[in-house]
Amino acid sequence: MRRLVGGLVPLGAALVAFAFGALMLLAVGASPWDGLTALVSGAFGSGDRLIATAVKATPLLLVGAGITISFRASVVNIGGEGQIVMGALLATSLALGVPDLPAILLVPLVLMAGAVGGGLWGAVPGALKAYAGVNEILSTVMLNLVAVQFMNYLLRGPLIDPLELETGTRIPQTQRLSDNAALPALVPGTRLHLGVLVAVLAAFAVWVLLWRTPLGFRLRAVGHNPDAARAAGIPVRRSVVTALGLSGSLSGLAGAILVFGSEGQRMATDGSAAGFTGSAGFNGIVTALFGGLHPLWTIPSSYLFGGLLTGATNLQRQLQIPSALAIALNGLVVIFVVSSGRFQARIDRFVDGRRNLGTALADDGEPLAPAEAEVDSRG
Amino acid sequence: MGSFFTSAVLVATIASGLRLAIPYLLAGLGETVGQRSGVLNLGVDGVMQLSAFFAYWTVLETGSLWLGVGAGLAVGTVMGLVYGVITVTLGATQGISGIGIFLFGLGFSDLIFRRRVGTPKPIKQLPEVEVPLLSDIPWVGEALFRQTLFGYLAFASVPVVALMLKHTTFGMNIRAVGENPQAADSLGISVGRTRYLAILIGNVMAGLAGTALVLELGIFQQNLTQGLGFIAVALVYFGAWRAPGVMVGALLYGLVNATVLQWKAQGIIPREASDLASMAPAVLTILALVVLAGRVSPPAALTRPFSRH
Repeated sequence: MRRLVGGLVPLGAALVAFAFGALMLLAVGASPWDGLTALVSGAFGSGDRLIATAVKATPLLLVGAGITISFRASVVNIGGEGQIVMGALLATSLALGVPDLPAILLVPLVLMAGAVGGGLWGAVPGALKAYAGVNEILSTVMLNLVAVQFMNYLLRGPLIDPLELETGTRIPQTQRLSDNAALPALVPGTRLHLGVLVAVLAAFAVWVLLWRTPLGFRLRAVGHNPDAARAAGIPVRRSVVTALGLSGSLSGLAGAILVFGSEGQRMATDGSAAGFTGSAGFNGIVTALFGGLHPLWTIPSSYLFGGLLTGATNLQRQLQIPSALAIALNGLVVIFVVSSGRFQARIDRFVDGRRNLGTALADDGEPLAPAEAEVDSRG
Repeated sequence: MGSFFTSAVLVATIASGLRLAIPYLLAGLGETVGQRSGVLNLGVDGVMQLSAFFAYWTVLETGSLWLGVGAGLAVGTVMGLVYGVITVTLGATQGISGIGIFLFGLGFSDLIFRRRVGTPKPIKQLPEVEVPLLSDIPWVGEALFRQTLFGYLAFASVPVVALMLKHTTFGMNIRAVGENPQAADSLGISVGRTRYLAILIGNVMAGLAGTALVLELGIFQQNLTQGLGFIAVALVYFGAWRAPGVMVGALLYGLVNATVLQWKAQGIIPREASDLASMAPAVLTILALVVLAGRVSPPAALTRPFSRH
């Protein structure tokens, strides 16, 4: 019963957020009822819309599942944006380098390249935190800015479609990439591609990893009580790097899927910060929070927020309401979810764990003196 | 003539660096006050975008710069109260709720901008105010004493914030609740009220930073700040939670940005590499964080909600 009531809290938070959404619609001179209708029909109204929602949910689910890993190990990953970009860039480069490999090889290879690119970009703030004590919230945000500028450089320069240079339009995008790397459709003739399935499987894999493997146990132990974990012989520093690396690799995978599941079959941006990612790195945080920081609950959560995104495009088409509404709504959902009680308790445990982790990392491998340990556990 | 030309460019670069430093400085100083009270606000960027938009919109509609500044201040105040409710009254996690504020600011400012303004229209910019006599000093005067009002306000805020934190009762209360809220509480200092006020100062200054930015540019666009607010938060770490340190960081950023722009304009950096050069501020921040980590320590109660139980 308590579980049931607890589960209603995020829903309540979402309802409050949507009430504010209605106010925002009124503020820009649109009818909330028409808005809601357009939103819901746009997200779930037909088979095509459902597929569009599933495709939009895919990067959110991957980023969100990754975030649950880092959160369980008491590290914050706000670097999804950058990790998506770096994963996509590595996957794109691979497809440009060996375009003629058969699809059976090239598709898994570009997906892996995405995971490696994002994983390395995630491991950087992990290593900076573990070995230099750099706050990972700040470093991941900064690495987002770096990655986006790097992408802009590559897509306007070395990787730009030669055709864009010829015609002088100079849209920052690559040439059409090898069809052998294209993610095959799950249902022929639709946009429902392999990536959608990969993301759901990845969420299950994260669940297995966290609760059914020794590595997952170690990560959770570090998140729960780093001092006890270290006393038990778990390498705390390496676990921090692993957690952020794994988290980043799922975001990187999302990046590869964004490229090779796209209609244009190319990597493209508009020069803005979210031009390529569509803010999936941030929206994935919302998704994971709403899913209670649990990889499996993140699946339905991602479809809800994917629906919000596809619904918002419909809103734009039917009522000329800019789809920025979805971003603002996501912000409100974050605010209301973290402000509501059940999540607060859960996240408080995480924050305590993070603080303990900070102390444990600063402690340079020496076991804590008992008095010091007591101060820490008061939290 | 060549050397004169170089020094003129140098003076222009420094002057533009000072101008570019203003939003960093205003937002960073405000965030310093908030963090000294134990509250991290990662939503600075969102507050800046909201205040920038409303200041822009007000100037566009009324033609009055002062009303625009008022709108920016009002947005900062409202967001300060909102963030106070979230982090102090409700005790929500600060890092993540700040991301919520950021997303809301990013989306909402873009939403109203597209719906109510549509195509970007320029507004009048803030006039420069020359300090009599001082502005006539060759080079130095041109670089230092021909700023907008925001420039003088930002640099004057440095000693004000530093002295306020160090020597006033209010400042000591802020530091006390940021270091040890339990002890402060037992001495009869209201942790909640002190943090509310510190957050309010932080958000109002973020609002001013957004206003200063948009009035300097004279135009609004989606994601106007381009992560500037996040860098301002990092500057607080950079400056070791002290106003003069934050100023050094802000100046460094302003000058790096101005130099990059200057080099771009002179073709020293090829056009294609200008995106690479734009990475400089973020890379610099990461390097600074690496160097400073472990050497300076944050307020002990930073990000910890306070409750008596």
